[in-house]
Amino acid sequence: MYNKNNTLFIYCIFYFAFLYIPVLLLPIFSFNDSFHMVFPLKGFTFDWYIQMWNKSRLHQALFNSIKVGIIASVVSTFIALFAAKAFTRYKVKFHGLSYGAILLPFIIPEIIIAVAFIVIWTSMGLQLGLIPVTISHILFCTPFCMLILISRMEGFDKSLEEASMDLGENSFWTFWRVTFPLLLPGIIASLLLAFVISFDEFILAFFLSSSDQTLPIYMWSQLRFPKKFPHILALGAIIIIVTSIIVMLAYWLRNLGQGKKKDFSIGI
Amino acid sequence: MISKNYIKINNLSKSFGDVEVLKNINLEIEEGEFFSLLGPSGCGKTTLLRILAGFEFPSEGDVYFDNVDVTSVPPNLRPSNMVFQNYAIFPHINVQKNIEFGLRKENLTKEEMKQRVLNALKMVQLEGYENRYSNQLSGGQRQRIALARALVKQPKVLLLDEPLGALDKKLREEMQIELRNLQKSLGITFIFVTHDQEEAMTMSDRIAVMDHGNILQVSPPKEIYNRPKNKFVSQFIGNINILDTEINSSSSDNLNLEVEGFGSVSLKNNYNFNKTTKVYSAIRPEELLISKDDVLNNKYQSSGIIKNISFYGESTYFYVQLSNSEKVLMVSNNDQKNSFQEKEKCFVSFDPENLKLIED
Repeated sequence: MYNKNNTLFIYCIFYFAFLYIPVLLLPIFSFNDSFHMVFPLKGFTFDWYIQMWNKSRLHQALFNSIKVGIIASVVSTFIALFAAKAFTRYKVKFHGLSYGAILLPFIIPEIIIAVAFIVIWTSMGLQLGLIPVTISHILFCTPFCMLILISRMEGFDKSLEEASMDLGENSFWTFWRVTFPLLLPGIIASLLLAFVISFDEFILAFFLSSSDQTLPIYMWSQLRFPKKFPHILALGAIIIIVTSIIVMLAYWLRNLGQGKKKDFSIGI
Repeated sequence: MISKNYIKINNLSKSFGDVEVLKNINLEIEEGEFFSLLGPSGCGKTTLLRILAGFEFPSEGDVYFDNVDVTSVPPNLRPSNMVFQNYAIFPHINVQKNIEFGLRKENLTKEEMKQRVLNALKMVQLEGYENRYSNQLSGGQRQRIALARALVKQPKVLLLDEPLGALDKKLREEMQIELRNLQKSLGITFIFVTHDQEEAMTMSDRIAVMDHGNILQVSPPKEIYNRPKNKFVSQFIGNINILDTEINSSSSDNLNLEVEGFGSVSLKNNYNFNKTTKVYSAIRPEELLISKDDVLNNKYQSSGIIKNISFYGESTYFYVQLSNSEKVLMVSNNDQKNSFQEKEKCFVSFDPENLKLIED
């Protein structure tokens, strides 16, 4: 047996407190019957949730975010799927270089991408709005999707595809009968994660959305009005819960069928 | 049955980048033959099998199946099926669906399909496993399912890539016999890749011994054992003692040799060696006789000291240091009542008929 290390335990407590207490304040105050975010709590109310939901601009922003999120996640997963196949199955020329190039949006500060994008977009004489937001989100989400799908592809035995070829299927049918179903948990995880990233994204949307607000931009614009602040808390609380569920689902799906004890025959 | 050459490989070479993994291979494999490709890892045997399956294409040369050039035909259009080293059972579908996988294009009714799958499962003795998934099967069962999945397609040629490598010894020996029986009853050509010489010896009609991308010898197992062509083949198959040898003189009937440790030996000339060929004498441990006394009656013998004794149950191996040479000979003896001791003096002798001359 090893010695229980109390110092390490206390460190862990502080670490989690630091991470989660600010985030947990949102849901707590979203039920507080007061405009101000100060202790002690006054009373319990659902009013903020009800008022928040009755704003029509919120509905528009939510709808915009969902639209952008769905398109961005589908397109970036699609691109990442083929890129992942190329990087794991074929000898790609300049492998390291092209791999790095695709992962670059990871490292480049978002604001740089946003500025570069707005310069190019406007100099081409195009209108700002949801279209450039969607395109920039695709660019931004693709590396994440690629990392998920590459890790899934690498855990995938190449001889399964060969066995399918050997049993008479060409590469098209091999993809649909073997590769796709085996990658499906990874593909769904990639879709969910890309959706969440796009849904949360602020900087690119801020620069490129013009008057078509996405949800984070709407929230930011509402912060100017102190009386509306509790609405933002309520909305924030909902977003925290929904995105946490989606990310956990994505993580669970990504590992499905790859663990030793987890069974492929159940689940999907 | 008239046997004919079903598979022909002409002047085949394969390089990956700068590395030549197969060098000018010529091979003919008969219909209904159990043919093994045997060699150490990295000898090119798996690459050759993958070329036959269509997963790799040769850099040079041609492959014929039944007189049809299939060199550039993709795997899905070849009349061969493969059993993979790791079995490659599809994990997302059950055993039934795995076996049905290759039958999609045959337009069978549901009933016919069921019957075909059932027959295939019977063949590998796994009826009742239709609804299992890969992770609910043992290694041996997966191997049988992989076999059933390939055989249900009724291939002309079955390619097996070290299919028994992952099984434990007892199961492997059972499967060897089963595979051999299956091959005999189906009468189709099996091409079997292995690095295990015992496995190749017990199962095959003929064996091709490979090393460094070359085929060194293609012969039936007995001939490989009794008449190995060169040093590598003789040492790869079973245990053997190799002795430096010079040809003193040769006539059409006789060869007079100078053999390390034993002096001059004369043999019937069954070989095509001329005086300048570099040759070795090779003799199996069981072909050497060990005795305590000097029994020189028409046999060639040498004295030595027993360095080590290893007991293997059915036989005992003695390592004998010859007194007039550096050589340590390996001698086997299956007399359970022998009373030899380590460090004891002894005599080693042989019958010249058992001496094999081999090339480098």
